[in-house]
This record gives sequence, structure tokens and C-alpha cells, in this order.
Amino acid sequence: MSPRLRLIVAGILTLLLLGGASAYGITEIAAYRARLDAPSEVRTTNTSPDTANAPRVTFRNTAAGAGYGLVSSVPIADPSGSRSVGTLPCDRVYETASRTICLRIDRGIVTTFSATLLDHSGKPLRTWGLPGFPSRTRISADSKLVAFTAFVTGAAYATVGFETVTEILSVDGTAFGNLETFTLLVDGSPITAADRNFWGVTFTTDDNVFYATAASGGLTWLVRGDLAARTLTAIRQTAECPSISPDGSHIAYKKNISTTATAFWSIAVLDLRSGVETVLPEKHNVDDQVEWLDNSTILYGLPRTGQAGDSDVWSIAISGSATPRLFIEHAWSPSVVRG
Amino acid sequence: MYISLSSSDHQDAPQADRRTGLVRVSSVVVTLGIVSMLTDISSESVAAILPLYVTSALGLSTIAYGFIDGLNQGVSAIVRIGGGWVSDRADRPKWIAFAGYALSAVAKVWLLIATGFAAIIAVVTVDRLGKGIRTGPRDALITAESVPSNLGRSFGVHRMLDTIGAAVGPLLAFLILWLVPTGYTVVFVVSLAAAAVAVIILGLLVPDRRPRREREAAGRERAPFRWRSLTDPRLRRLMVVAGLLGVLTIGDGFVYLALQARTDFAAQWFPLLYVGTNVAFFLFAVPLGRLADRIGRSRVFVGGHAALLLAYGCAVVPFGGNVTTILCLLLLGAFYAATDGVLAALAGQFTPQGSTASGIAAAQTVVALSRLVASTGFGVLWFALGRGNALIIVISALVIAIGVAVVLMRPLHSSGSTAPLTRDAP
Repeated sequence: MSPRLRLIVAGILTLLLLGGASAYGITEIAAYRARLDAPSEVRTTNTSPDTANAPRVTFRNTAAGAGYGLVSSVPIADPSGSRSVGTLPCDRVYETASRTICLRIDRGIVTTFSATLLDHSGKPLRTWGLPGFPSRTRISADSKLVAFTAFVTGAAYATVGFETVTEILSVDGTAFGNLETFTLLVDGSPITAADRNFWGVTFTTDDNVFYATAASGGLTWLVRGDLAARTLTAIRQTAECPSISPDGSHIAYKKNISTTATAFWSIAVLDLRSGVETVLPEKHNVDDQVEWLDNSTILYGLPRTGQAGDSDVWSIAISGSATPRLFIEHAWSPSVVRG
Repeated sequence: MYISLSSSDHQDAPQADRRTGLVRVSSVVVTLGIVSMLTDISSESVAAILPLYVTSALGLSTIAYGFIDGLNQGVSAIVRIGGGWVSDRADRPKWIAFAGYALSAVAKVWLLIATGFAAIIAVVTVDRLGKGIRTGPRDALITAESVPSNLGRSFGVHRMLDTIGAAVGPLLAFLILWLVPTGYTVVFVVSLAAAAVAVIILGLLVPDRRPRREREAAGRERAPFRWRSLTDPRLRRLMVVAGLLGVLTIGDGFVYLALQARTDFAAQWFPLLYVGTNVAFFLFAVPLGRLADRIGRSRVFVGGHAALLLAYGCAVVPFGGNVTTILCLLLLGAFYAATDGVLAALAGQFTPQGSTASGIAAAQTVVALSRLVASTGFGVLWFALGRGNALIIVISALVIAIGVAVVLMRPLHSSGSTAPLTRDAP
């Protein structure tokens, strides 16, 4: 091939490839716009003051069509009924009787990440920048403490070995800081390895005590945190993203049951009094911080296979023999607001 | 900046411009820069959204991701030596580089069908392997397309284009996700197209240089590749200095975390701090490459580490708002601009023609591995002593190391811009 011919062939192939990729992108954008303008694939209503105060499950709506990605709720008594769709977009959300925490990807040409605390009426109270993609968030039952976990992302250039940041703050703004600054105790001795990681806080009814996940050297632990002493004490190995039951008697968490390098999480429930752990018969890989519907039933999200960005919320009784049930279709990040 | 885009006879590509006294950068170097730019757009767009894709679309956890990334960097560094060696043995830098770029492009095809965490990790690993293979031969081609007086500038132009790609990739990916929040497939398709175009441009438009054969044809002694070619005392000295400074180069992530902990501005923009560093890198790449040609590459290489020292200083000073943060990013960018391409230029300069791919790859491997040691070691210091104290220790050690480097590099100054490349020595 002559140099001129090579240049022409390269030019044509470049145009074909870039043109093809652009055409595909434009088709996808148009399809997305059409989906957005289409009516929601589920029954929806606008939030009214009556529904806003009733016991409810608040979640991120992932039903295609209008209202996608917005915080929505259904009555606890009728979870499969019409959902009331709000106006707040969140990627991870948690609501209590008087506060809402919303972790969000603020999209744009420059994409950033934030956590916003809102009051009962939906008025933003505080916003914190996050170092990367949102992961978990919780508010204590008395609405005094808030915790969130985000991945530390950026780019390959920014990879430093610790990948999650977990902060605990009081809703009035007092920071208790990154859990990295707490003392981690395993079998009574402090773990000082640089690869320590913490995520998934759950608050108890005692505002000084919380549970979370600690990891180091490929191991994970369920840890009991003491805010005043700034300590995290490991109480059980191989347990992540704990969630304590409303009566404080059980902790549910995801347990890696994989024997290979690729994690596979089942849900396990630990009876804090007897120390007995029950692995629940959910056959899917569950990567979520579960939420308690009541003292004997938990809720968790499962992504829909083949549908990026869509998921369902399932429920299962903690007895160990019950089968999972579909609780809310096209939903993610449930929180139970007991009114 | 002065880049010739006109096609030139590659056998003696860079021509002196008699009117201005400037030496043009070969069009092949610019083409290689565009190939790198497209490949970086491809790789960095995927890297930027991969954690989000893994967690939100695949519903998996990214906890092991950082560890595997570190492992990959180690593997990539070792593969790099292999890529340089094969390239020199076969005397085919273009086609070995081609194999590396093609491997990364194939990884992007796989990304479209991969659904599990293990598959994603495999894709990222193959992409890294491709990067490891291609770097040495590609930099050997840049050396072959340059003359001693414009080697620094050639690498400056290449690294500028390369870094533009690294800055554009993530922005493009997030722009796509802004338009279509679930459009991961669109990002992957665009990434694949960019990688494929890079491979096509390299395959069709970059000449197949045979550095060793050209050396023989020029009537110089026959020079089969030997590891002994890498025992030039100047190359060894360079590797010692690069390794010494490398173990004190702690990884930008730590600097960003220090900035983030201090100001709300940095916390808010944390995911974009590296874009600021990249912008500074590409702005400074050509000016500092030219400066290296003029005042000596080893001086600029050591001077770049002084910029790094100041960047660490900016990260540790207790006062400081947005101005200090931005200054820190500018200094980090200047550090890369003064060291990344200049290291390759120095290594190329100290290796005989026909062994440049191995020589450059060896120097880059020393830097990559020493920085891996630095990040691991600093992680321990960071926790044991706290952020501020750990940084102060690194700063103190870096002051001493720069002093040692100045002394060790002194004999190399004379072989800066004025001295001919080894291959031209009698």
C-alpha cells in the first residue's frame, strides 16, 4: 500500500468507527429520553400530606419512565400498591421520622458526589462533598446521628489502597470523623495495618454505640463502635454491612460464603443474646445493607439481571426456613419509617 | 510549541529548520502521540466509571478493586521489561507496540460481554498487560524518530498528547452518563472505537523502524541485542537515582487525601483533582521537554522532584485555601512533565541503538516498582504517625535524596543536550 492509500484507508476506518460509536450513542440517548418522557411502568401518585406521615417504606424508585431515580414511598400495609413519587433524586437514601439523608451522584461534564441531610419538609439542612461513589447511609432512630460510606474514586492515578471513607456526624454538624481514625481492636489487640477499611454503619438505640464493618488483610469483621472512646471492637469475623433490628436483639449482615476470590454474599442473622448465627435461604448474591421491616423480617435490594440501573426490594423472614418474597418492584435502598 | 504536521521522510525524520534554528518534532512522534491519546481516552473513560458500573449496574462490591489494581501495576511493570526485550530481540518496536495496543483494544471487546467481577478484573488486567508491553517499544520508536537535540521535546509532545487523552477520557465518560445515566454500554462502545482507531492509525501510518538493522546499514559495528548493552554506567546511575527518588514518590492519591482533609473545596472536587494535575502536566510537558534539551535532561529530571517536594509542602502546610490546593496540583503536574518523558529520553540517550526499548523499559520499571514500594510504605507511615508527620518525614527524606541525586547526576550533565546520542559516538 502506498502512503497515500494507507492514509485514506485509515481515514475511512476512523470515520466508520467513530461514526458508528456516535450513532450508537445518539440512539441510546434518544431511547433514554423517550423512556424518561414515557409514563412510569408502575402506578404512581403525587405525595400528599396524608401519605407523608403514615408508616411507610421510603426508597429510590427505579421503575422506567417518569419519576426514575426519585425518592418515593409506599404504605407499609400495601407495599405493592401505588407509590407516591417525590421530587428528590438520590442514589442511596435513608429516611427517619424527622430526617432524610440523600447520597447522590451530581452528574455533569464534571461529576461530583454529595451527601445532603434534609428535614421533614424536604428542606436541605447540610451538604457534604463525597470523595467518590455513594455506598451506604443510615440515620439513628432518634434522628440525632448520621453516617455515610462512599468509595474513594477518582482515577487509576488516585488509587492508594484504601477505597472507602465512612464518616459519622451528628445532625447538628459535629463531626466524629472518619472511622479510619478510630482504634480497631481484634482479639484485644489494635490492628494498625494501612489497608484497614470501614463501611456500613448501623446505629443502636444508645447513641454512643454503633456497629459497622472493618476489613484488613482480606478479612472482615463485625465491629462494635464506641463513639466516646473512639474504639471499634471486633465481635465476629466474616460479616459486612450490619443492620440491627428495631428491638436490638438481632444483627443482620451479609456474609461472604464464597471459597474463591470472587465474593458471594448470603444474608446471615446473628442472635445477640444466644450468639447463634442463621444463614437465610436466599440463593442470590446480596450486596446491600439490609433494612428491618419489623423485628422478624428484613428487606434488601437485588439488581435485575440484564437491566442496568433497575432493581427490586425483597423481603425474607429471619426464621431461616422462609422463602424470599418480592416486596417492592423496581425499587432500591429501602428504609422503613415507622411514623 | 512547534509541531510539524507535514509528512517527512522517516529515515532521517527530524530536520533542522534553518530559518528559526528549531528542530522539528517528527510527524511520527505526533502520530504516536495521537495513538496514545486515543488509547488513554479509551482506558481512562472506562477506569473512571468502572467502580460505579461494578457497584450499581452489576451489583457487586469494589472492595478488592484497589488491591488488584496494585497487583496489576506490579505485573505491568514486569511485563514492560519483557516487552522491551522482545522488541529489541526482534528489532521490531512498531509491531511489539502494536501487539500491546491491540491487546488493550481486545480487552474492550470483552468488556461488552463481561458480567462478573472476575471477568471485569480480567479485562482490566489484560488492558494493563497491553500497556506494559507497548510502553518500552513505543518510547524506543520515539527515540528512533528523534535526534539528540530534540529528544526531550519529542517526548514532551508525546506525553502532552497522551495526557490530554487521560484528562479527556473520564470527562467524556461522565458526559455520556450525564446524558444517559445507565449508558455504561455507550461508554464501552466509545472506548472500544477509540482503542480500535488507535490500533488502525498505528498499524497503517507509523513506519516499521528497524533500529538495529539501520545501525548495521549505516556501517557501524554489528550489534545483536545483549543485556550487556544495558550496563552503560550512565544508565545504571540513572536507574539508581530514579529508584532513590521513586521510593519517595508516594502516589497522588495520598496528596489528594491530605488536601481533601484540609479544605472543603478539595473535598468537594476530590474526584476531579487528578484532572487538574493532568491539565498542568499537558501544559508543561512541551516547555519542560524543550528546557531539558537546552539545559540538560538530568537537571530537569532532578528539578522535577523539587516541584514534587514543593507539592508535598503545599499539602502539609496548616494554612492554605483554594490557592494552595491549586498550586499543589500545578506542582504535581510540573513534576510529571519534568520527569515522565524526560526519564525515557535519558534512558534512550544512555542505551545503544537497538537496545533502547529494553533500556527505557528497565528505567521505567525501576520507577514503577519503587513507587509501588513508596505507596505501600507510606500507607503504613500514614496510619502509624498521622498524615502530617508522615508527609514531613517524606519531605525531609526527599530533601536529602534530591541532594544525593544532584551529586550522582553531575557526571551525566555533560551528556545533556550537547553530547551526541551513544549511537553517534565514534
